[in-house]
Parts: sequence; structure tokens; C-alpha cells
Amino acid sequence: MSFFLEVLIGGLLAGVMYTMVALGFVLIYKASGVFNFAQGAMVLFAALTFVTLSEHGLAFPWALAASVAVMLVLAVAIERVVLRPLVNAPPMALFLATLGLAFVLEGLAQLLYGTQVHGLDLGISDAPIHGLPIEVSRFDLLAAGIAAALVATLGVLFQTTRAGVGLRAVADDPLAAVAVGLDLPRLWAIAWGGAGVVALVAGLLWGARVGVQFSLSLVVLKALPVLIIGGFSSIGGVIAGGLIVGASEKLAEVYVGSHLGGGTETWFPYVLAVAFLLARPTGLFGERLVERV
Amino acid sequence: MSESPPLLDIREVSLAFDGVRALDHVSFEVKRGEVCAIIGPNGAGKSSLVNVISGLHPAASGSVRFEGRELRRARELSARGIARTFQNVALFRGMTVLENVELGNDFRGRATFLEQALRVGRAPREERRAHEEAIAVLALLEIADHRDDRVGRLPYGLQKRVELARALAPRPKLLLLDEPMAGMTFDEKRDMCRFVIDAHETLGTTLVLVEHDLGVVMDLSDHLVVLDHGRKIADGTPHAVRDDPAVIEAYVGSFAG
Repeated sequence: MSFFLEVLIGGLLAGVMYTMVALGFVLIYKASGVFNFAQGAMVLFAALTFVTLSEHGLAFPWALAASVAVMLVLAVAIERVVLRPLVNAPPMALFLATLGLAFVLEGLAQLLYGTQVHGLDLGISDAPIHGLPIEVSRFDLLAAGIAAALVATLGVLFQTTRAGVGLRAVADDPLAAVAVGLDLPRLWAIAWGGAGVVALVAGLLWGARVGVQFSLSLVVLKALPVLIIGGFSSIGGVIAGGLIVGASEKLAEVYVGSHLGGGTETWFPYVLAVAFLLARPTGLFGERLVERV
Repeated sequence: MSESPPLLDIREVSLAFDGVRALDHVSFEVKRGEVCAIIGPNGAGKSSLVNVISGLHPAASGSVRFEGRELRRARELSARGIARTFQNVALFRGMTVLENVELGNDFRGRATFLEQALRVGRAPREERRAHEEAIAVLALLEIADHRDDRVGRLPYGLQKRVELARALAPRPKLLLLDEPMAGMTFDEKRDMCRFVIDAHETLGTTLVLVEHDLGVVMDLSDHLVVLDHGRKIADGTPHAVRDDPAVIEAYVGSFAG
């Protein structure tokens, strides 16, 4: 039983890491109804910025603040250069623009920061905490704590600030948003800035796990099943989705994988996502469209 | 030298969709404080005209001036004191009535995102003002009881009233109403009429409305503009227009014929 619990909790904590990546997608999807293909590139770009600044001798808080600033500037630049000319363009055009943005960001990252693999040590040990009835990694716990704090902050901002209410309004009805004079460019910049900061946090946590290198942008592949299960437009959904993916893939690896010769972890979330697509295409908490007939 | 300049001055506005002329050199003026109704048979170009005035469709030619200055983009409308409603309500359906109406005032906010997040500086004052004005408008339109209801769950007639409230919240100088009574029951129409008149009288809002129901229009408006096939065929007081042979031809012909 305690082994089962250990696997389950390890899985849930891993799931929090997936949620972190998926969260960036949700912020942008809510604000502009577009699947941001460049989210992975943003994770990579943010992590590389931080690592490079650290390696040049900047202390942790300064490097963090500077990286946040870089991601915010990037968000404003993306709004000006990519989004503003595409106002009223069909969603597919916006999606393709984010695809292009992904390549530009990855190229820019190579140009500015080089291609070598960087180690990233946040000074948190990955060793299990002693004295608990089950073994839990200190790093996993801390990552979960950081993610929880981030999600809570975003939730509060969305509910209480005028900009947060405005973002919900834009997601709800863009035409009405224009009619009441909401400042869409400003709201988009805020959403992309939020996604940039989320990408930075995800990049740091994942970078500390797997090293900061170009394959880091592939962590988004794990965010896909999370988004499909949780729904593209719900913060609560990606939390649940991340936990489901994390827990189920670890349990599947241990209890099913042993009969299939292992490797279950890598494909199980996608099978689960397909099952969800068949049963609940809008995800757990995704908005269902109710139209007046 | 004679009278004050018009609030809204529409000059030679034309608009075409896929080669079909929706509006053909339409000109008229709306005076400050009046209720101007745009009427005409289906497809006459009434909604297109409202969309041009509110900047959603750029006119192919001609100009729309508000307080003497040209109107160009939809986004500057709110700031200049123009609000509108839509034929098929455009509300934030997932949000409450109060949130919807407060958003009508959002464009006036100057507080930065940081001020809002930390609740310092201009943010609390702006929020309070938006809230108070929303409450006042909800009371005026008698929907205060529904302030915490989700808009998507309200009956259609009430949704139209919420949309009117959102448009009135910032106290616009000019309010454009695109078929405010469309799809309503008789009772809802009567209520809506009363609220539109109330808003006009208490807030002094100049109204431009598109309406199908001739009875409603005759009671409500000071000034009628009649469109047919994208062209203006009459312009004047309800009485003068009602007796105009061209109007009878276009209107009665298309309805009774």
C-alpha cells in the first residue's frame, strides 16, 4: 500500500510540472483563442536567458528579475509585431504566426546564447525527505509549492483586477469587447507577459531536472495531453489534467508496464488523451458552447 | 449662424458588400438630444449604417463626423462618448450582470496593471466609480435583482436590457440601438420602450435607433430617416414622413404587398 502511495504521490508531483507548462497555453488561449505553438520555445528562451545571466555571475534574484523583464519585453514585442497586424484574422492565421514565432525564438536563442547544454542548479536537492512514512523528493515538493503559488496568484489576478476581468471578457465575446472599448492590444500584452513569466518558471524547474538545452522546448509535448484532458480554457482544468496525467502515467508504468516490458510512461498519457477526446472533447472543465437556437 | 452644429453628421456614406451596394450616398444629421429612428424594409441597409457609424465597417466613401470630428476606428468610439447595442445581443455570457455593466466603464480606467494587482493608486477609485455607476444604471433599468446572475442564463428580453445597461453605464452622449426590440414579446417591448425613454430623459442621451416596429418608432422618435435599397428616401418628423408617398410605396408596398 505504501508503495502504491509513493508511486501515486510521485506521479501527482510530476503532474504539477506538466501543469506548469500547460498553464502558459491556457493564458494565451483564454485571451486570444489561439493555440500558442511557441510556448515551448518561450520556455527554452526563458530558461536560456536565466542560465546565461547566471553563468555571467548574476546572483539568483537579479538573474530572475532580469529574465522576467526580458519575457515581459518579449510579450510586448510579440503583441506589436505579430498580433496587432493580424487583428480580425482567422484563428488559423494566428496559429501559423505562433508556429513561425517558435522558429524565430529558437533561432534567436541559438544566436544569443549558443547551442551548448547548460546545467542548472537551483540549489534544491532531489533527495528524498527523511522522516516521512513514504519517500518524497524535496525538489518535487518545492516545485509543487511554487506551482501552487503561481496558480493561486494567477487565479486571484484573473478574478480581481480589471485587466483580469477584461481578459475573461475578451475570451467570452471579442465583438462585445470591442464594442465596450476594451483595450485589446494591452490585454494581449498582459496575457503574453503572463505566459512568458509562466514559461520562465516552467523553464527553470524543468531545466533543473533535465538540463537547459534545445530539447527543453519539447516539454510542451507533455502539456498536450494535459490540455486535452483539462480543457484549453480552464486554469482549474489544467491543474486537474496535469495531476491525472502525472499520476496515471506513473501508475501505468509500474502496474501495466511490467507486463508489457516497460516504456508505458511515454505513451500512456496520449492514449488517455485520445480516450478523453472520444468521451469529453471539450476536456474536463472546457467551456461547452451553448447556442440559442 | 442659425442653430447649433449637429452631434452626428453623416455625409455621402456608401458601402458595398461583394459588389452589392448596401448604402448609396446616404447623408443626414442627428441633433443633440433628439431621438432619431432609422427605418426601412428588410435589407434596406439599416444595420449596415449603424455598423458604419460605430466603425465596425469602414465606409467605401463619405464621412461620419461626431461633434465636428471624423470617426474612424471602432476603438476610439467609447472614449468619444458613443455606445451601442447589437441586433443579436453581444454580451459576456459567462459573466454576471454586474460584471457586464461594469465593463461598460472599463475603457475609462487609467490605472496600470500593477496598480490594479496591488490595489493602490488610481485602481481602487476607478473600481469604485465603475461599480457605483453600474449599480445606478441597474436600478434605472430595474435589473438590480439580477446583478449576480450569469447573463447566459437570463431570458432573452432581460439580456437585451443588460446590454442596454452596459451601453448606458459610461453615460454616453450618443447611443446607437440596433433593433432593441427584436425578438421580444409584447410585454418586453413595452418595458424596453419605457426604459429607452427613461434613459433618454434622465440621462439626456441622444439616441439613434434602428427599428422594425413602426408603432414603436412613431411613439418614440423626433426624427425619422427612411432607407430603401441602401438609399435615403425620406428624412423628417414622424408625421411628415408618414404621409410621404415614397415611404408609403416602399414600406406599405413591401409589407402589405
